[in-house]
Formats: sequence, structure tokens, C-alpha cells
Amino acid sequence: MRQRKNHIVQVMFRAFRYRLSGFLLALMLFLSGVPANAASEHQDVDVYEIVFGHIEDAYEWHITEIGSTTLRIPLPVLVHDDAGWHCFLSSKLENGAVFEGLRIASDGSHAGKIVTRNNGTEEVLPLDISITKNVLALMINSIVLVWIMLRCASWYKKRKIQEAVPKGGIGAVEALTMMIYEDVIKAGVGENYRRFAPYLLTAFFFILVNNLMGLIPFFPGGANVTGNIAVTMVLALCTFLFTNIYGTRAYWKEIFWPEVPVWLKVPVPMMPFIEFFGIFTKPFALMIRLFANIMAGHAAVLSLVSIIFITVKAGAVINGSMTVVAVFFGIFMDLLEVLVAFIQAYIFTMLSAVFIGMAQVKPEAEKR
Amino acid sequence: MGLLIPSSGTLFWMIIIFGVVFFILAKYAFPVIIRIVDERKSYIDESLEAARQANEQLTQVKAESERLLMQAREEQAQILKEAVAARDRIIREAQARAQEEARKALTETRQQIVAEKESAINDIRRQVAMLSVDVAEKILRKDLTGEKEHVELIERLLDEMIRKPENV
Repeated sequence: MRQRKNHIVQVMFRAFRYRLSGFLLALMLFLSGVPANAASEHQDVDVYEIVFGHIEDAYEWHITEIGSTTLRIPLPVLVHDDAGWHCFLSSKLENGAVFEGLRIASDGSHAGKIVTRNNGTEEVLPLDISITKNVLALMINSIVLVWIMLRCASWYKKRKIQEAVPKGGIGAVEALTMMIYEDVIKAGVGENYRRFAPYLLTAFFFILVNNLMGLIPFFPGGANVTGNIAVTMVLALCTFLFTNIYGTRAYWKEIFWPEVPVWLKVPVPMMPFIEFFGIFTKPFALMIRLFANIMAGHAAVLSLVSIIFITVKAGAVINGSMTVVAVFFGIFMDLLEVLVAFIQAYIFTMLSAVFIGMAQVKPEAEKR
Repeated sequence: MGLLIPSSGTLFWMIIIFGVVFFILAKYAFPVIIRIVDERKSYIDESLEAARQANEQLTQVKAESERLLMQAREEQAQILKEAVAARDRIIREAQARAQEEARKALTETRQQIVAEKESAINDIRRQVAMLSVDVAEKILRKDLTGEKEHVELIERLLDEMIRKPENV
């Protein structure tokens, strides 16, 4: 088992080395190009706008600005309001334009969302299933994930087990799969681990790929997907459903009639209430943990990069030294985020496995 | 606070996308990987078991051959011992027989010698008798004076003749 773990680390490190050099190159290009541009315009840098503009979802995919032109990918807007379905590209709504009675609210409680006028006065949210930046990133990342996994599966179909053992990327996928399967799922869920393995493995690789793609700073990657609460909510909801749908009778008994002194549950159902509340807090914690970790990671990296632009006004010496500091801290944070990407996927899977395993309890009599 | 409120559109798409990804991976990817790894594991286990058994068999065969070799050696020693014993016996018997034969031959020879001697003595006696007869004839032909002296002479001659070969 120890050797296998070492092997995983080696394989991942080898794979990571190449990506890292590419990533650093991209970062340097980015850093060398932008400050001159920002400094020449003598504008105040709105760090809040930079950071939250990235973290929050958007109706278009803003890539970069070259001179005065903005490079962006317009995305389809799908909205249903009183007038029926609207389907058009988000470029129609640029700069606060109104199209078919819809516009992107710039302030108020619906800031950043598409709003429509209800009866001419009140601004309300229509049913909005637009392909936003996060949705597109989710699709791209899912295609990447499915492609990786199916390639791995098809590799086996072409070969006999007696003949070949996978190396490189496929070997890494296999080693990761088996590590999660053996150490996390088997250990966490217990007896019925086979039934839950597909979901838990999917959750692990889904989170891992989305986390890692989020760290790539240019187009197909870079979206804050797993730092979006809707995404983590669906994942946590799946764990919630798997936990409670497959929960045994003993599990429900432990919630509504736990083995505690009677006065804790009879006149006032204190323990049952706490236990019942626990059903929801566990997946809620999963949702918040993943969301907060990834969101904070993106925010930290962007804030560190923003230091360079903030200190432009403070003169060349301070700006230069702070640039060096910011780049070093940025590299450090990015490396840390690679670690966090793996750790968060691992933790989500492990805790899901443990929660599902806890709902698979057997009655006390059967245990002995 | 917009960050903490899940947007319906993202939720909708996430459910669909995650559902599709889950379906594809749970049906076509993970079962294959897990099955292959399990199969490989059991293949390795089987190989190890087969190797162990082969090793065991080899040890058994070695022990068996060792045992056979020992047995052969023992048999060889036994055969050699028996051969030596047989040789000794044969030699002893041959010696005994040879002695017997020699003794028999000696006895026969002795008997023959005795017989020969007797026949020779008989022969001699016959010849002596004849000679004496001849001598007597010759004496008779000559003049037999003094009978007593003649008889004494004959007697003496005869005795001498008989005794002579025995002394020789």
C-alpha cells in the first residue's frame, strides 16, 4: 500500500512538472503584458471588481483586454418570462443594453443577474437557465473528465490483463481510482461499498478535475466552478440523497430513538432533534467547505496578483519590489491550490463515504 | 451575498451535467477499471499460488529423487555385500572341493601305488620263483654235491633276492 502511494506521488509529480512550467510561463507573460497597460491609463485599480468579477458567475466569458478592445466569448442566454422563452447571445446585453425587455442589473439585490420588468415597474428575476461562464466551464471540464476516464477504460479493452499494466497518465488514473476505492470507499462505507463506489468515485474525479481546471489561468480553464455554491450544493445533495435513501432502519432508529438516557428524549425530544438536525448539517458542511476553500483560493491568488497593480501609484521601487513579492506569493498560492484541489476532492469523497457508511449501521444485536 | 445564493440556472445545468457524467462514468469507466484491477489482482494471486505449488512440487520431487538415490545406494551396497559374500562362498566351496578332489586323488594314487606295489611284489615273486627255478635248474644241471649245502645256498639266495628290493 505504501509503495502504491509513493507511485501515485511520483506519477502525479511527473505529470505536474510539465503543467507547472507551462503555467509559470503563462503567468509571466500575463504579468509582463498587463502592468504597462494599466499604468499608462493612470486609472484606479478596482480590486473588488477584479476579484469578485472573477469569482462570480457571468453571462459572457471575459478572457482579456488587448489595448482598448475586450476579448470575450458571448454565451447563450436562455430566459423564460411572461412573454415566453428568450434565446439570444449575451453580446446583446453588453454595457447595460436592454434587449427584449431584459437587462443585466448593475446594482440592487439582483446585481449581475438578468432582470425583467414586471408590469412595467418592479424588477424581478425571470426563470434563467442561461449557459453562463460557469455552466460552460462545467461542460468543458465534464467533457475533459469523461474523455480521460473513457480513454482509460478503452485502454483496458484493447489489452489482456496478463500482457500489460498501464503507465503514465492512465496508470495515474488507475492508481488514484484504486486509492480512493480501497482506502476511502472501502474503509469509509464498510460492507456495502460496491453499491456506492460509482457515485463516490465520480464525485472525487469530478471535483478534482474541476478544481484543477480552475487553476489554469486562461480560457478553457480558470472558471470558479467548484467555488460556485450551486455546484457544491448539487454534489452535497447527492451525498444527502445517497445517505438517506439507502439508510438502514437502525440508522433511522438512532436518529429518532437514540440510545441515551430517557429524559433526553421523552418529554422534550432534545437528542432526536439534534440528530435530525445533523442529517442536514453534514451535507451542508460539505457544501460550504468545498465552496469556501476553492472560492477563497481563487480570491487569494487574484488579490496577490492585484498587489502589482495597486502599487503602481506608489512609485517604481515599491512597485518593482512588491511585484517580486506578489509573484513569489502567487506561485506559492498556486502550488498550494494544486494541493488544495486534491485535498478538497479527497475530503469531500472521504466524508461522503463516512456519512454513507454511518447510515449503513446494523442493529446492535446483529453486530455481535 | 450573491455568492452564497445558488442561482437556479447553474443548479439546473449542474444537475443535468453531473447526472450525465455520473451515468457515463458509473456505467462505462469505473466498473471497467475496478474489474480489471480486481482481475489483475486475482491473476497475480493465482500466479503466486501456482509458483508456490510448483516450488512445493519441486521440493517434493527433489526429496523423492533424494530418497530414490539413497535407496539405490543402499541397494548397491547390499548387492556389493552379497556379491562379496557370494564370491567368498564360491571361493571357499571351490577350495573345499579342490581339497576334496586332491585328497581323493591322493587316496586313489596311494591305493594305486599300493596295488602297483603289490602287483610288483607279485611280479617279482613270480620272477624270483622263475629265477629260482632257473637257478635251481642251473644248479641241478650242475652237480649237486652235498644236498644240504645246496639247499642252504638256495635259501640264502632267495632271502637276499626278496629282501633286496625292500631295502632299496
